[in-house]
Amino acid sequence: MSAEWPLWEIFIRGQHGLNHRHVGSLHAPDAEMAMRHARDVYTRRNEGVSIWVVPSVAITASSPSDKGPMFEPSQDKVYRHPSFFDIPDEIGHM
Amino acid sequence: MSAVVDLDAAMFEGLCRLGDSTLVLGHRVSEWCGHAPVLEEDIALANTALDLIGQTQMWLGLAGEVEGRGRTADALAFHRDVWEFRNLLLVERPNGDFGHTLMRQFLFDAWHQPMLAGLAQSQDARVAEIAEKAGKEVAYHLERSADLVIRLGDGSDESHARMQDALDMLWPYTGEMMVPDATDIALAEAGIMPDLTGLRGTWDALVRDVLAEATLVIPDGSFMHKGGKQGQHSEHLGHMLAIMQFLPRAYPDATW
Repeated sequence: MSAEWPLWEIFIRGQHGLNHRHVGSLHAPDAEMAMRHARDVYTRRNEGVSIWVVPSVAITASSPSDKGPMFEPSQDKVYRHPSFFDIPDEIGHM
Repeated sequence: MSAVVDLDAAMFEGLCRLGDSTLVLGHRVSEWCGHAPVLEEDIALANTALDLIGQTQMWLGLAGEVEGRGRTADALAFHRDVWEFRNLLLVERPNGDFGHTLMRQFLFDAWHQPMLAGLAQSQDARVAEIAEKAGKEVAYHLERSADLVIRLGDGSDESHARMQDALDMLWPYTGEMMVPDATDIALAEAGIMPDLTGLRGTWDALVRDVLAEATLVIPDGSFMHKGGKQGQHSEHLGHMLAIMQFLPRAYPDATW
């Protein structure tokens, strides 16, 4: 057993939110205790109605060094935004 | 007429017992703030302490109201001397190590939860309302302390040994919680507070289950300390109060 507890990513759905949002991370020996710790650390001020805990190692993250090839190509492709359609006035705000 | 007066006095006493136990345990647990083994447990302990202090404000607030001499919860908490405190001896025990603190918490929580369930049925609506609110907090305290007692008891050789030491030390302080005196009996007969002997079965079953799962052995012997509820305390409470009460006593007009 490693001396350090593994890291967990914490997601909380707020009172009025529809989706869980990442709020931070913490250490815990297993999922059950990660859940308890998340409750104690991240919902003290009535922030949440639902908690997800995910082992940090289960997350595959994009690499910061790939930022150029990953994201820059989309910067000049404004035509991908659906903002070039003529919308009849009677439709109103979409 | 005298019966009514007696019941008020008993109720003041009974409410001080509840409020002093949550106050003293809350203060003890707060002593961990900034010292717990890991950040997450530090926050969890502080949360528990704050829950208990919040319950104290309600119990002692109601005690002052019932007493009718204008004493607030703060006045009762900070301006009484050690012999006027009515907390259980268990909760004034020093923290010891982390395992010791958790064992004390578990033995208290296992009593506190059924006690609050009984109080929630009180004929006195004010008592029932406080118990209802505190019950949700304490359900979580018990879930947490029971789980950690099991994990540490059934953990490494060292954690097991520390938990067994804690149990051996604290066990003789558990009897007082379920042995009623004349005040407890008067309050139970009036339907204000539950019959303490009735809590024994629930407490026993829960504690035995959890300790068995934690591979811990309940010590032999039936000797039990008592006296906290009547104001006879160990030397530890005075030292704790000296720290807890210093500021409002030295600076009576201080606000913060």
